[in-house]
Amino acid sequence: MISKVIHNLDEALDGLEDNMTVMFGGFGLCGIPENSIAAIRKKGTKNLTCISNNAGIDGFGLGLLLENHQIKKMISSYVGENDEFERQMLSGELEVELIPQGTLAERCRAAGSGIPAFFTPAGHGTEVAKDKEVRVFNGKPHILEHAFNASFAFVKAWKGDETGNLIFKGTARNFNPSMAMAGKITVAEVEELLPAGSLEPNAIHIPGVFIHRIFKGSVFEKRIEQRTVSKHN
Amino acid sequence: MALDKNGIAKRIAKELKDGWYVNLGIGIPTLVANYVQDDIKVEFQSENGILGMGPFPLEGEEDADLINAGKQTITSLPGSSFFDSSMSFAMIRSKKIQLTVLGAMEVSDQGDIANWKIPGKMVKGMGGAMDLVASAENIIVAMQHTNRKGDSKLLEKCTLPITGLNCVKKIVTDLAVLEVHSELGFVLRERAPGVSVEEIVSKTIGKLFVPDNVPEMSI
Repeated sequence: MISKVIHNLDEALDGLEDNMTVMFGGFGLCGIPENSIAAIRKKGTKNLTCISNNAGIDGFGLGLLLENHQIKKMISSYVGENDEFERQMLSGELEVELIPQGTLAERCRAAGSGIPAFFTPAGHGTEVAKDKEVRVFNGKPHILEHAFNASFAFVKAWKGDETGNLIFKGTARNFNPSMAMAGKITVAEVEELLPAGSLEPNAIHIPGVFIHRIFKGSVFEKRIEQRTVSKHN
Repeated sequence: MALDKNGIAKRIAKELKDGWYVNLGIGIPTLVANYVQDDIKVEFQSENGILGMGPFPLEGEEDADLINAGKQTITSLPGSSFFDSSMSFAMIRSKKIQLTVLGAMEVSDQGDIANWKIPGKMVKGMGGAMDLVASAENIIVAMQHTNRKGDSKLLEKCTLPITGLNCVKKIVTDLAVLEVHSELGFVLRERAPGVSVEEIVSKTIGKLFVPDNVPEMSI
């Protein structure tokens, strides 16, 4: 058995340097690597290019790195709910590249699959297609998109074992599996870290081969962005 | 009388067919789930990674690990499944989702849609809208017929940045149901109860074909 277990957050972030491109799993605040984000804030790594579907909110998620001026550029599909983000974007401090969500996911999946580029119909005829090669397949125009190239991927899973096998829960899965596959170094934080053999092999979502470092997160606050409820009858 | 948001959602719900997988966008489209007819079975997909999405949870039963693409807490129904984002868009691109319902700022008489960006305003992003409109075979737009200034949102050509070209098939507004036809432009199929054809004509800028008989919609 190959162990991927690390014992402190310094080890988790070993090799993370200024100016790197880094992926963060999560959709909104659901399934984000809270513990790694907190550790990066503490470490103070600067000028990061962050690939993440969203950019957190003020005071939580990637909002913590934004307010500490650690992010140079965000690559996302939707960045709605963050005043500090808006301020930095409008003042020119923060670069933002918006790309379609499915293309974002596929650029992660491609990176983790040894596929350098692919054609997708998403964004054809829009400003997303600017300067991109267009080819017609089955009578329909598609644009060329490239795999991401990220030094680190930080992901969050529900359960993991010592060898790095991961199982996700509910819609907290989202971008975590494809980013886990894509990172040159992938750091997984989990709610439950179990001995090898504890997880049913048939139930593994991401095999440990893709994971370089795994640790049990000390705190999972799991904030809810839009608490919506049905009325009791 | 013009329809309210729930009226628009109710009319769109009548378009759903038994056995369909359906993606509902944020806003009015989300309300469609409340009006599914009793005699059909459909499953709702949310692009953040669930098929078989259920209603909002009861108070106290919210789960931070179970949300929709609008980041609202939801529930899952028997038979539901979870998957990652790349698989979610795989099923969208490969046309496994039979219907997409989404809102729009503008639609052209060629079926172009603009719904993600207003120049000069804070841009929040397209989310999954560009992927959905590029691949879905059946797209219904749910929107008001005019904007807050009273200007038509049904145009010859979109003035706002495009989300997708030649993709919208049907539009349900507070005033009318229209189809998009490659030569005729907008084809007026139904009008809201008590709304005249003249009112719809006066509030539609794009090319509009009015058949001899335009029935009132039944809701």
